[in-house]
Amino acid sequence: MAKHKTPMLDELEKGPWPSFVSDIKHQAEKGKQAVKDAPDDLLGILELSYADRVTHWKHGGIVGVFGYGGGVIGRYCDQPEMFPGVAHFHTIRVNQPASKFYSTEFLRGLCNLWEKYGSGLTNMHGSTGDIILLGTTTDNLEPLFYDLTHELNQDLGGSGSNLRTPSCCVGKSRCEWACYDSEECCHEMTMEFQDELHRPAFPYKFKFKFDACPNGCVASIARADMSVIGTWKDDIRIDQGAVAAYVGGELKPNGGAHAGKDWGKFDIVKEVISQCPTECMWMDGKKLMINNKECNRCMHCINVMPRALRIGTDTGASVLFGAKAPILEGAQMSTLTVPFMPMEPPYEELKELIGKVWDWWMEEGKNRERLGELIQRESWQKFLEVIEMEPDPRMMREPRSNPYIFWREEEVEGGWTRDITEFRKKHQR
Amino acid sequence: MPYDPNEPLKDRITDIGPRYYQDFLPPVVKNNRGKWLYHEIIEPGVLVHVSETGDEVYTIRCGGARLLSIEFLREICDIADKHCDGFMRFTTRNNIEFMVDKKEKVKPLLDDLKSRKFAAGSNKFPVGGTGAGVTNIVHTQGWVHCHTPAIDASGVVKAVMDGLFEDFGKMRLPAQVRVSLACCLNMCGAVHCSDIAILGIHRKPPMVDHEWIDRVCELPLAIAACPTAAIKPAKTAEGLKTLDINYDRCMFCGNCFTMCAAMPLADDVGSGIAILVGGKISNRKSAPKFSKVVIPFIPNEPPRWETTVKAVKNIVDVYAKGAKKYERIGEWAERIGWERFFEKTGIPFSHHLIDDYRFAYTTWRTSTQFKF
Repeated sequence: MAKHKTPMLDELEKGPWPSFVSDIKHQAEKGKQAVKDAPDDLLGILELSYADRVTHWKHGGIVGVFGYGGGVIGRYCDQPEMFPGVAHFHTIRVNQPASKFYSTEFLRGLCNLWEKYGSGLTNMHGSTGDIILLGTTTDNLEPLFYDLTHELNQDLGGSGSNLRTPSCCVGKSRCEWACYDSEECCHEMTMEFQDELHRPAFPYKFKFKFDACPNGCVASIARADMSVIGTWKDDIRIDQGAVAAYVGGELKPNGGAHAGKDWGKFDIVKEVISQCPTECMWMDGKKLMINNKECNRCMHCINVMPRALRIGTDTGASVLFGAKAPILEGAQMSTLTVPFMPMEPPYEELKELIGKVWDWWMEEGKNRERLGELIQRESWQKFLEVIEMEPDPRMMREPRSNPYIFWREEEVEGGWTRDITEFRKKHQR
Repeated sequence: MPYDPNEPLKDRITDIGPRYYQDFLPPVVKNNRGKWLYHEIIEPGVLVHVSETGDEVYTIRCGGARLLSIEFLREICDIADKHCDGFMRFTTRNNIEFMVDKKEKVKPLLDDLKSRKFAAGSNKFPVGGTGAGVTNIVHTQGWVHCHTPAIDASGVVKAVMDGLFEDFGKMRLPAQVRVSLACCLNMCGAVHCSDIAILGIHRKPPMVDHEWIDRVCELPLAIAACPTAAIKPAKTAEGLKTLDINYDRCMFCGNCFTMCAAMPLADDVGSGIAILVGGKISNRKSAPKFSKVVIPFIPNEPPRWETTVKAVKNIVDVYAKGAKKYERIGEWAERIGWERFFEKTGIPFSHHLIDDYRFAYTTWRTSTQFKF
């Protein structure tokens, strides 16, 4: 028998999409979780929110494990007498493996651990990428961390004003478009910056995300303070035989992504050549031609004809900085900073770059100021000075339209010290 | 040795990071890492990737609720053990993927997945989320676990995905449609570049808990947190230090509440949903774009959020009818013009949709190129 009546939540058991309510009910009924009443009481308090149309969770308290300043988020409900199973309901962030492949051995180990020390409820995964263990009491934190590290050889993720758990796309493991090894780079950068990840010393959060191509499956350009996006410098590889097969209809465009509707016969001019944003493609008889020098590597033609067109072989990544959601100055996307960086382990160039960025941000950033906001406040020119890079037209959408240039004194002949008396000798008052 | 509460720091292990991802790759993936040639979507939710070695990996993508119990995770493990040599993966958008190395293994796996239902009847493993369709909604915690939300997350997602279910399993749209939900402006779900974003917003200024605020908050931090300088120091009639809010300046961002628990702003009728459309992440054809607010407010309607579901479905349907092949929602809206977007979708345009914050002018029309 369910502990609480949940008539409103029961409505969310209907319909074809997987019902989280059904799942929590199943855990409440069958599960052997340490915090026995957590699933039942979570449904109870959620039902109360459904009736009241506001949340019943309080501002987090400071909880954690010894030596770490992040990885655990304190959470308490505001009706502990009614719902004792979720009175203390702290979240634990566990650093997911790059690209989120799992062995069942590891997953079962994680389930056993969370059965022993928590609510039996998880998020696979949180928005930043972590495995989220949803809800336990303070006394379970240290033993859980001990078993997590000793038995599963696994560490916590980030929270608070620190490096947040980095994440990446599926990359070379299962994608033909990976321009660099986003998984290896994500793992290596996570390992390199363990101290920054576990011990908050930043003005605010900092996120790394690694997309292996410009399609951007992990959305780094919108949500990472440092977005590393794969690209290439040489020519798109063309298999003219496969081009002919697309034109002839033997191969389905876009890997069959449009199969649910009849869009008519594939038309390479309409669907590929005239959609090219730089107009750098044309047909020479039956041959597809590309002026690669003018290509901006948007991926459209490659996405439409994956068996005919492949990314180049001189590959690496573009590095961009400054993305964030709207809080506080408005949403920002990352700005192109390093057009091309070779990306080979151990990624020394990238590590050196991030070191310069952090030194500046930690010195100049205000409390809760994201990197993108600091760059806006100080200027792109200042940022380039800090990272010791020369300005490049690729960094800007267009040159400035106002002429309010902050000339530096050393750029102007004779500097700024002038003699008004000399001036007056020629110009009466 | 198990954990010893008397010596909590004994044998302590720290800073070991995550497990190495290559330890978790299925053999066919490990053997062909970096060697993939191309992929195809055989049917909605089923992909094949072909390697230069001739190997193939078949992936079956299933929608997931993100909020999963360990009992359910164990069921995932059972399936992966039975069909997939003990490996599986999750996608960035919370889909569950099962992989097999032979075509003949696909059908038994599909049949198994499609047969599994929750007690009340919903699918445990709906197959789809590929190609030109709707894939899983990325979302935040909502009323399940967060202190700042304006709306629930899991319940809204469940209701909207029930409404879009056909398009999860079909590939009839002009391009992929990425729907995302964030339950407040903090956007831990970063929905600001989605084709359709469902965003929790507040519409009432914070209440100040005058009796407690000076005991639980650093008042200068709360004052500094306000981007419009709407908060100033004040004293109660009893002489307690407190804060005063200039209501005319409040834009309901909730940043003060993030800094100070004694300024709650969530409200049963004040808080609700805004809908944004037309964002994208990919660099394909056009550059990545922000999503734009097209519906300023829909009340919270638990448990099934009917108005929100209807609004999202309407946008998807009008887009499906009007857009050209490969055109994302934002590209379609820009081609036809936003005035046409409002006309075709029947969404009313109001003053709420005109930007008046930091970069406002960049969104105003400074040409005569409009449509009647």
